[in-house]
Formats: sequence, structure tokens, C-alpha cells
Amino acid sequence: MSLLEVSGLQMRFGGLVAVDGINFTVQPRQIYAVIGPNGAGKTTVFNCVSGFYRPSAGSIHLEGQEIAGQSGHRIARRGLVRTFQNIRLFRSMTAVENLLVAQHTKLETGLLKGLFSVPAYRAAEKHALERAAYWLDRVGLRSLANREAGNLSYGQQRRLEIARCMITEPKLLLLDEPAAGLNPQETRELDHLIRDLRDQHDVAVLLIEHDMSLVMEISERILVMEYGRPIAEGTPEEIRHDPRVIKAYLGEA
Amino acid sequence: MSDFFPQFLQQVINGLSLGAIYALIAIGYTMVYGIIGMINFAHGEIYMIGAYVGLITLTAIGTAAGYPVWLMVSVAVVLAVLVTCAYGWTIERIAYRPLRGGPRLVPLISAIGMSIFLQNYVVIFQNSRDLPVPDLISGMLFTIDFPVFTVGMSNSRALILFVTVALMIALTLYIGRSRMGRACRACSQDMGMASLLGIDINKVIALTFVLGAALAAVGGVLIGLSIGKINPFIGFVVGVKAFTAAVLGGIGSIPGAMLGGALLGMTETFASAYLPTEYKDVVAFSLLVLILLFRPTGLLGRPDVEKV
Amino acid sequence: MSANPNTSSLKDAAIAAVVTAVLTVPMLGLKLTPAPEGLVFDKHFLLVAFAVLAVFVVQLAKPYIRLPKFGGVGLRTPESFVQHPGRWWAIAIGLAAVWPFATQVLPFLGGRGEIDIATAALTYVMLGLGLNIVVGFAGLLDLGYVAFYAIGAYTYALLSLYFGLSFWECLPIAGLLAGTFGILLGFPVLRLRGDYLAIVTLGFGEIIRLVLNNWDSLTHGPDGIGNIPKPGLFGHEIGRRAAEGGTTLWDALGIPFDGAYPVIFLYLVALALVAASLFVINRLIRMPVGRAWEALREDEIACRSLGLNPTVIKLTAFALGATFAGFAGSFYAARLGSINPESFVFIESATILAIVVLGGMGSQLGVILAALALTILPELARGFSEYRMLVFGLVMVLMMIWRPQGLVPVTRPRLELPE
Repeated sequence: MSLLEVSGLQMRFGGLVAVDGINFTVQPRQIYAVIGPNGAGKTTVFNCVSGFYRPSAGSIHLEGQEIAGQSGHRIARRGLVRTFQNIRLFRSMTAVENLLVAQHTKLETGLLKGLFSVPAYRAAEKHALERAAYWLDRVGLRSLANREAGNLSYGQQRRLEIARCMITEPKLLLLDEPAAGLNPQETRELDHLIRDLRDQHDVAVLLIEHDMSLVMEISERILVMEYGRPIAEGTPEEIRHDPRVIKAYLGEA
Repeated sequence: MSDFFPQFLQQVINGLSLGAIYALIAIGYTMVYGIIGMINFAHGEIYMIGAYVGLITLTAIGTAAGYPVWLMVSVAVVLAVLVTCAYGWTIERIAYRPLRGGPRLVPLISAIGMSIFLQNYVVIFQNSRDLPVPDLISGMLFTIDFPVFTVGMSNSRALILFVTVALMIALTLYIGRSRMGRACRACSQDMGMASLLGIDINKVIALTFVLGAALAAVGGVLIGLSIGKINPFIGFVVGVKAFTAAVLGGIGSIPGAMLGGALLGMTETFASAYLPTEYKDVVAFSLLVLILLFRPTGLLGRPDVEKV
Repeated sequence: MSANPNTSSLKDAAIAAVVTAVLTVPMLGLKLTPAPEGLVFDKHFLLVAFAVLAVFVVQLAKPYIRLPKFGGVGLRTPESFVQHPGRWWAIAIGLAAVWPFATQVLPFLGGRGEIDIATAALTYVMLGLGLNIVVGFAGLLDLGYVAFYAIGAYTYALLSLYFGLSFWECLPIAGLLAGTFGILLGFPVLRLRGDYLAIVTLGFGEIIRLVLNNWDSLTHGPDGIGNIPKPGLFGHEIGRRAAEGGTTLWDALGIPFDGAYPVIFLYLVALALVAASLFVINRLIRMPVGRAWEALREDEIACRSLGLNPTVIKLTAFALGATFAGFAGSFYAARLGSINPESFVFIESATILAIVVLGGMGSQLGVILAALALTILPELARGFSEYRMLVFGLVMVLMMIWRPQGLVPVTRPRLELPE
């Protein structure tokens, strides 16, 4: 069964049709990219899939269950998490606190149990710290654990945001322009990180990206959008040679 | 039946003139919110200061001096407008401009502080008690005699309606046709872009505050003349109600402020006819809560999509 | 802009002076005063001249004066306090508990009046801590907090009036009822952002006050409710004499009555309530629910994307904040002995907000210091009491301009990572 199945997705804002006729499927442990010129509607698709917009039409199935129109937090609990173009960390909280908050849904949240520091509560908190430590190590931020997230460098913030997503043990990770603002070295590291996440943590990745070399390197399938509509879908090889794609990016030859 | 219609008509007249005042003040809220996305909590106190300057002017002229009423009232209004524009400009410059662009709570708290400051400033340096306003605009514009009930519109109420409508038209023309008006509209759509295009957004924002203050001042003077007394506390409740009117009509929309004012005025007047008068304020506050719950964009506003 | 900095600042100063004149000549200079023949002016042109001159001079001098940036100066909370606040609070509370007894032996440490003021201050501390949950931690600007304070007060007053329940019996009920109202009032505001949320909560606060003022049959309207009994201890009363069939605490302890004792008792009750509040809140903010509040304040959208339900988080913040106000309210009713709707006006909400803002949103220590300052300082400056609200407003504006993070900005505690 495919992990994510999007069919006939349409999003209108009043009279403006932002996105229409979007169909694609993401398999478990697959890396799938959505590309297209600016304003093509890629982030709109993300927002629909992750529950931040209610689609005007179409269906979105996560592991066979319809999720179109559901609220963001419910979809997140089903295992679909995302990063944001403008990095949305909890800026005045520390890196480790960001990772603790992300585990909220898995922790012992009973008020009385916490107030009286019952052993089950303490164990849950300890476990949460251990997992946070693991992920901080994983993205190389352990030494900055107690640094306020807003005080991290751009690249560090991006890594923290990804770690924060992964700590929720998702099935599908949506990355919105993860390489934006990264230098080539950092982009290479990102490449490895995404592959590792897929290999070791069993997660599928759906990403929006402008960095063509990264996209071609890492994706197994690509959807190309322009003006809110799909213009091509296939493997990187197919996309690379698709005339419609070339025209969209480079204009008429 | 025989006395329902005339009573109804009277309520409509009362409601519209009450609504006109709300509309005048609501415009200030809606313009400021439309441009910088912030509720100017101190706006109600501006209205109150307008009323005070009006009374001060009238007292200074000396209402027994025999000048024609229209001249005295006009001078009072002009001076009230001048002074409140200065207040509006100064408040924006001191308490809001330095805080632009920061976290949302900060300018809001500054505005609340400003509101408290202004109210108490007037309490201390003027009087905290009611002050009587000379009854310059007395008499009825017209009366219609019905068998059981006489419907009438007083001159002061008529003046309020007339002035409000005239000012609305003038403002709409200004915003719609003039260069500055275009700049205002551009800023309320996309501030960043407007500034990149060379529009001096500081000037536009200052103008917004000043225009709002001017209208509120007119409202203050007219209401003082109509009701016959003023005190430093009239700004608070009227302020919240005018904000309700702005939201009802659709925040950011000037026609919306007018519509909202009219609707709120009518609702409040009709409600106070059937409920104990103390509850009429509850009606306004409840209306505010209800609109913000069920239709926060108001009647004429555009739905706001959250930018993710 | 101008080639010569001197002329441009002269021009600026002149403009500022003229504007100041426009602002102050009518409102400051011509004070309307009722007189038998009508209104006359009480002229204060000296004041106007002073204001204009002051503004002129300051504007001229501005380019030459470097104002110290208050933003950087900090009361930095010491490391050990941040890591282990519990033990420091315990010490502080211990000292505070000993103080009234010490005043009996060393009168210079204070007397009945001071203890009473301190008790009032402790009430505001509780209110500040409660509102801090909503505004400081969860970032929800509640301008109607006084409503919950009123609910707590009226709950005790009415329950004791109609059912004869004692203070300690009513305390949890008051908290529960206030908390329930917190949820009720929280539901409608869930989807509202910043400014709208603020004004709706303001509306709620006013609605509650108006209802209390007008529902005469239940709340006795503007007259309020009187004869509210003071709290007792294990059934013993704390007055000079007990009511029919009752006993006083002093009889039970075998000590002669002194006018200061009930005052001290009330103070200790307040202190106990504050201590309990501090304990609970300190725990809460280190628990998932507290972290969720702060995450909500930081970025609601990010919260949703991680599976956190903003509705539940907001409601818990409202409910818990309201509960503390409910406790404070019932204590207030017990201490004063009578209440009426006039005690629960918007200005109270604004005051408590000022306490949270001044203290530093999210900083317990800051809120406590601010509450103490805002209650005790006006008492010291009795002669200036009519300027109190004016200064409040001014301080709120100035704090936002110079030091929005508050007196004591929050320092995040350092978490030790395992392995």
C-alpha cells in the first residue's frame, strides 16, 4: 500500500485557483521531490497535505486513510510532519527543550502524576531526555543543547528543525526547501542526512527544493509544477529530458 | 399597532444617530488596524480629549457672547480637530513607532498603557467629575405627530447624522482619489512592497492616526453638545463599542466601519428598549464576542487566510 | 538631511515645542472648573511653559546625550536559582513566615499596618502568578482576568451567605468554579489572535462585572455582599470574640487576644496560598503541559505541525490561570469582609497585566518583585496616590519601549543530557 496518495488536489482562495489537478503517490521509504518555478504552488500542496489548508477538492490518503481537510495536529499524530520554509523553531526555548516539546504526544501528561513526580512520570521524562540527546548527537548539535534555538546559526537551526521532526517518529517527513541558504558543503551533509534518515529510520521524504543538483542526486521520483498545475512526473532521468520541464525553467528555446 | 410604528421609527432615528458617533470613531480603529494590524487602545481617549477641547473652546469663546451658533460650533470643532490630531500624531510617534515590527504583545501593551495614561492625565489636569456642555444646538429639526406618540429628530441628532455622512463621503473620496489615499491603500495591502516602491510609510501611518483622530474629535464635540455633559471616562466604553462596530463591519474597511456603526447603534437602541438599560452595554460587548467568534472578518471584510 | 546638524536639531526642537504647546495649552493650561455662573478656567500656564521648555531643551540636547540602553542592563537571576528555584523559594517563604512574629518582638520591623499591606501585596502576587501562566507562558493576552478574581470572591461570599460554608470549604470550590469559567471563556477565543483575543477577553471581563452589578437577586447588585466571615483554623475563629457557640483560636491556644493576631493570621494564610501556588506553578512549567504553553507562545503553527493540539493547550492555560485568580478572589473576600462589583473593574485587569509585563513575562521572580513593587510603593507615596494610575500607564509604555522583556528576563534552566 502506498504511504501517501494525492489525487485531484485543488486549492482555491476565493476566485484564485492556486493549485489544481495534482496527483502523485509516495511509497514508504521513498524520497519524492516536488519542484517548479517560484509561485508554482508547491508550498500550497504541502500546506494541504499537512493539514494547514483545507483543500477545495481532491483527496489525500495517508496509509489508506483520508486526511484531506483534517487539522494539522491530527495529521501530525498520524505520522506526517513537516518543516517550514522560514524555519519555525521555538526560538526562546533551548535546543533540547525544542526536542522535548516535540515528544509531547508521547509523554506522560497527567497533571497529578507530574505534580507529585511519580516514578512513571520521572521515567518518561528521563527517556525523553535520552531520545533528545540521541537526536542532538545525530545532527551534531549536542554541544549546543542548552543554547536558545534563536541563537543558533542558520544551518544549525535547519538541522534542529529536522531533528525535531524525526523525534516524533514519523512515517512521512515533508521538507520545505531544506537546502535554502546552505553552502555546498552543508548541502552535501543534508544529502547524507536525508538518505540516512530514510535508511535507518524508515521514513519517507517528500521535499520541495530549488537546488537541482540535490534534487537529481537524491530523489527517486519527481513532480514538476507550474502555475499550480502538474506538468511532468517521473524519475529524475525522465524529468531531466522532459521538454515541458525545460521550457518551464528556461523558457522557449 | 398604532404606537408600534412611531416608536419603531423613533428608535431607528435614535439608533442611527448613535451609530453615526460609533462610525466616526470606528473609522480610526479600522484604518489603523488595516495598516499596521494593531488595535489603537488609546483611540477612545482621543475621542474624549476631542470632547474636552471642544468644551474648552466653547468656554473660552463664551457662549453668552452672542456669536452665531454655527460659528461657535465650527470653531470648537476645528480646534478640537487640531489638538486631537496633535495628540494622535504624538502618540503614534512616541508609543507605537518605536515598537513596530516587534512581537505582537508589545505595542498592544504600550497602547493600553497609553490609554490609561491619557485617561488619568485628563482626570488630574481637568476634572474627574461631569462637566456640563452648553445646550447650543437645541430644538427639534422635525416632529411627526402620531396619535399616541410624537416622533422627532432633535437638531443635534440631525447635525450628527449630517456631519457624519458628509465626512464619510469626503474620506472615501480622499482615500479613493488622492495620491495620499492611494498610498494608504497600498500600505494596507502590502506594507513592504509599498515602501520598496518609494512610499514613505511613516508618513502614511502618521496620516492614518491623524485622520482617525480628526474624525473622533468631531464625534467628541458633537456628542458633548448632544448629551450635555462629558467626563474623562467616556472614552473607554465608547472606544470598545466603536471597535465592535469596526469589527462588525469588517476591520480595515471604511464603508464597513460606517455599516458597523449603524448596525451597532440600532442594535443597542433597540435592545435598550426591551432590556433593562444597565444591560445595554452587555449587548454591545456580547455582540463583539459573537462576531469575533462566528465571523471575525465582519460583514464587508475579506476572509483572512493564514500564511504558513 | 540638513547640512548643518545644529539647525536641523533646532528645527526639530522648535517643532516639538510647538506640538507640545498645542497638546498642553488647552488640556493642561485651561482647567475647566465649575462655578456658579457656569464653567470658568483655572489657568496653569506656568505648567504649559515648563512642559514646552522641557521638551525644547530635551530635543536640542538629544544628539548629545547617550541614554544608557536599559535593554542590556539586567537583573540576571543567579545560576543556582535558575537550576534549583525550589530551595530559594523555600528560604524566602520561611523568612516571610517568620517576619510577622519578629515584628512583635522587634517593632521596627513593622506593625499591623505593614503586615496588612503585605497581605494585600501577597494577593496581587497570587494574581500575577496566575496571569503569568496565561500571558507570560502561553502568550495569550487576557484583559479580562479580573472576571475570575470576581468569581472567586463572589463564590465564597455567596456560599457562606446562603449555605454557611467556611472559607476552607469554599476555597477549592471557588478555584474550581473559576477554572470552569476559564474553560468556558477560553473556548470562544481559541481561534483568535493577539489583539482580538485581548479585546474579547476585555469584553468578557466587562460582561461579568455588569452582570454582577445588575443581577440584584443573586449578587445584591451594586451594594455587594457584606459580613463575609474571616477564615478560621480547624473551626476556631480569629476574631476577638467567637460567635454563639464557637471558640476563638486564641482561647484554644491559651493566649490573650491582641489586635495584631488576626492580621498576622490572614497574612500567613495568604503566604500559604502563595507558597502553594509557587510550588504548583514551578512544577507545571517543567512538565510537558508547561513546555507546551511556552511552545504555543513561541509558534502555534509549529506546535500544530508536531501534533500538539493548540485548543487543549490554550484551555489548560486559561483554566489554571483562572483557578489561581479564584483562590485569590475568595481570599480577598475573606480578608475584606465585604465585596461589590466596583472592586472588579477593568483597571484591576490592567494592573495585574502591568505586574506581569513589568516583571518579565514568564519570570516568576520578576512577577513577584513587580507585584510587591506595584502594591507597596504606592503605599509609601501616599501623597501621590492620585498620580498612581497616571504613573502606571506611563510605566507600561516606557517598559515596552526600553525593556520589553521585563525587569527580570527569563533564563532557561540548563538541562543535563544523559550519557
